[in-house]
Amino acid sequence: MTAEITPDLIAQHQLTPEEYRKIVDILGREPSYTELGIFSVMWSEHCSYKSSRLHLKKLPTRGKLVVQGPGENAGIIDIGDGYVIAFKIESHNHPSFIEPFQGAATGVGGILRDIFTMGARPVAVMDSLRFGRLDDAATGARNRRILSGVVSGIAHYGNCFGVPTVGGECIFEPCYDGNPLVNVFALGVAKKEEIFYAKAAGIGNPVIYVGARTGRDGIHGASMASAEFTEESKQKRPNVQVGDPFMEKLLLEACLEAMKTGAIVGIQDMGAAGLTCSTCEMGSRGEVGIEIELDRVPQRETGMTPYEIMLSESQERMLLVADKGREEEVLAVFRKWGLDAVEIGTVTGDGKLRVRQHGAVVAEIPNRELADEAPLYDRPHTKPLRRVPLEAPRLPAADVQAALPRLLAAPDICSKRWIWQQYDYQVRTNTVAGPGYDAAILRIKETGTSVAMSLDGNGRYCYLSPREGARLAVAEACRNLSVVGAKPLAATNCLNFGNPERPEIMAQLVEAIEGMAEACRFFDTPITGGNVSLYNETLGEGIYPTPVIGMVGTLATAPPIPSTFQNAGRTVMLVGGIGTSDDTRFGSSQYAKEIVGKLWGLPPLLDLEYEQRVQYAIRRMIAEGLIESAHDLSDGGFGVALSECCFGPAEIGAQIELASHLRPEVLMFHESPARILVSTANPKRVAEIAQKHEIEAPAVGKTIENSIEIRERSITLGSWEIAALKAAYEGSLEAQL
Amino acid sequence: MKFGVIVFPGSNCDHDAFYAVANNLGQKAEFVWHDSATLGAVDAVILPGGFAYGDYLRCGAIARFSPVMQAVKRFAAEGGPVLGICNGFQVLVEAGLLPGALLRNRSLKFICRDVHLRVETSRSPFTCSAERGEILRVPIAHGEGCYYADERTLDELEAEDRVAFRYLDNPNGSLRDIAGILNRERNVLGMMPHPERAADPLMGSTDGLTVLASMVRAASGAVRA
Repeated sequence: MTAEITPDLIAQHQLTPEEYRKIVDILGREPSYTELGIFSVMWSEHCSYKSSRLHLKKLPTRGKLVVQGPGENAGIIDIGDGYVIAFKIESHNHPSFIEPFQGAATGVGGILRDIFTMGARPVAVMDSLRFGRLDDAATGARNRRILSGVVSGIAHYGNCFGVPTVGGECIFEPCYDGNPLVNVFALGVAKKEEIFYAKAAGIGNPVIYVGARTGRDGIHGASMASAEFTEESKQKRPNVQVGDPFMEKLLLEACLEAMKTGAIVGIQDMGAAGLTCSTCEMGSRGEVGIEIELDRVPQRETGMTPYEIMLSESQERMLLVADKGREEEVLAVFRKWGLDAVEIGTVTGDGKLRVRQHGAVVAEIPNRELADEAPLYDRPHTKPLRRVPLEAPRLPAADVQAALPRLLAAPDICSKRWIWQQYDYQVRTNTVAGPGYDAAILRIKETGTSVAMSLDGNGRYCYLSPREGARLAVAEACRNLSVVGAKPLAATNCLNFGNPERPEIMAQLVEAIEGMAEACRFFDTPITGGNVSLYNETLGEGIYPTPVIGMVGTLATAPPIPSTFQNAGRTVMLVGGIGTSDDTRFGSSQYAKEIVGKLWGLPPLLDLEYEQRVQYAIRRMIAEGLIESAHDLSDGGFGVALSECCFGPAEIGAQIELASHLRPEVLMFHESPARILVSTANPKRVAEIAQKHEIEAPAVGKTIENSIEIRERSITLGSWEIAALKAAYEGSLEAQL
Repeated sequence: MKFGVIVFPGSNCDHDAFYAVANNLGQKAEFVWHDSATLGAVDAVILPGGFAYGDYLRCGAIARFSPVMQAVKRFAAEGGPVLGICNGFQVLVEAGLLPGALLRNRSLKFICRDVHLRVETSRSPFTCSAERGEILRVPIAHGEGCYYADERTLDELEAEDRVAFRYLDNPNGSLRDIAGILNRERNVLGMMPHPERAADPLMGSTDGLTVLASMVRAASGAVRA
């Protein structure tokens, strides 16, 4: 198909006139229609990170254990004993709004391929989800449909593929009404000696296409993910791909088996921008050219143009380069698994992506310029957008007794069992700690090591202060690992923001990255990869800046430390102390959101040094076997964390006596970080360790049967039957659906 | 004793069954590929959980036609013990080795959680190490586990003592709370819960080992079914 390249056509491809001039410079001529399409997807925000690249460089990416940092399909760290883990988080926000089930399903599929293309078998998935309010009169019905569809889509794909979905988070805010977030994290395990890279090499080596056939689905998915939603977005439904988890399972097994032949030189999945991205990126990384013949590409529709074939985002496809002369060994494995595997081209020495159809050249572009020299923008950034006051409103009289059950039933806090029970969180029998723990723990059967992982992000905090909010997310992710006894080692991030062309949104992005960089540097947890999702806006309304951090760490394989109280008669201690807050900082809390119904002020104050000492201390306490249960304080503060500690099978409660200068509702529900609630039979030793690490760890009470009683300086703040609180907590989400 | 673990392309609990047999039980195990026409020298067969051929049509509907299922049928006809877990149960029903059908869960949702099972008979090679009435805590993970059969079949199963397990807290709407059934000869068991996931203390329960250990005990000739 030939089409005249007009300014309109260029604009439709979301390329600026300057970007177009750069294309002409690179080619030394006008591009063909196919070439224009190829450039447009590779230079889309989604693929090129043109607005964020400059700032992403501020993130720490190196470390002793980092085997592979950003730039590959997934980051890799060494976990000892000859094994590595590959992990990454990616967003599938735009497709999940347009078609929740398939959007979410293919989000899982895409990140799984990123993991196994590195030679690692995926062993765990987690999801970070954001939706609009389920109870909103105008948008609630749609939000409930999106939630239902997204959860079913994740379940459908992960369960069939055979990877456990072991944790995640789910938050509801009006700002996600027209723009839900679906961020999927996956982690895989490989032998250190058997890592594969997405790099082409060896002139004359065959380029092999494997997996599903190419159709017209998903054309321009990457570009769609790089634009705001408008009324016309619904017409983009055909841009959403359809997932086939069974095909993906075959692809996984076949790829891992084919890798064992030793005849594979490099391999990359076809995700965003499909065949275009996999060919030019593999060529660019290997500093070679790749030439392919489109007639040989397996197609499930007739009459597809080169433009369509190159831009299709059909799922469950991989591209690999094999050793010349050993193709048959590779092809035989794919035949065994009943998959299409076709030699579609060769590696060349000229550094160009050359695409032929019926023998004629339809595109010829230098790989490096296409893949790595996309435009780079230093977009103007001013003050981060915020439209809420710093000062607290007049607060209503507090009723702690009534507030606690209300908070426990709040959408962000209540049990997400309805969601995670639809996920197979146990398949492969490695899940030592699954949903419901502060961090998930997966044992590595081949070694005595387990891997712990957590996902954290708080859009409210980040809206109030992107820098502090991002630091808090890193601190909490680390704390979640420390609470289960794991040492945080490395992280992956998913940066969900609005339109970067608005300086006040760009400022959110810049400050969040800088905050995240500072905290990750401090905790020595380099970011080994991730994803940026911009233009999360619908009809000009942006989401809260929502950076999500996925943290991984290791610990010795052993039964997990429960988050709930196990026995009555134990001492309850608050490692890190009661913390502090004021009316300004209280504005970011769940209490402010659910009970006051407002957002104001600033996020909780984070002292990185103190947080670090608290985490060292809790890990030490766990290592000495002192801790019977441990749970970190986050949304809803002390009151919510204490209640959650009581929701174990035994329904052990607690009698608490606090002493503080804070108002009762602030004392109960403020969200200052660096605090962990533990139960122990050895309070003396716990106190010693706390003292050694120069942190507070007051004994705040005893565990008792069946109820919670909280007093402050002998005045009762509230008392509750656990069964009633648990009913509010467990039943809330389902009741809203 | 050697267990053969059948591997369909979409099996995803095959490694778990293998690991439970080999590492938690200390027995031999080997995988048998779905297009194999023979089972080799195995003493028992496990049809593991998963999505045999994707199961987009109906769970197990395609698997029944696979070459290996013809071998499994012969093995069962000769009296060899066959354990179908989850998708394996669905395959056994589709293949006609067990009566009834497995419908979508009453909630229409996939459910993964621990359930409590009551052992209804100890007269089988899969339950001979258990006491009748014993309670086991074992996980389920399925979207289509609602056991269904006509009244006559259900009566017959009960009259012939062929209900192996019942749910105490029926999670999926199964008729008469049935979680696992035996064939008339008592050498084929299909069950929706996953005993291989409750075979290691690290996974929170070892109650599932009862099923696998019974198979070893039965094979040793210590008990007669």
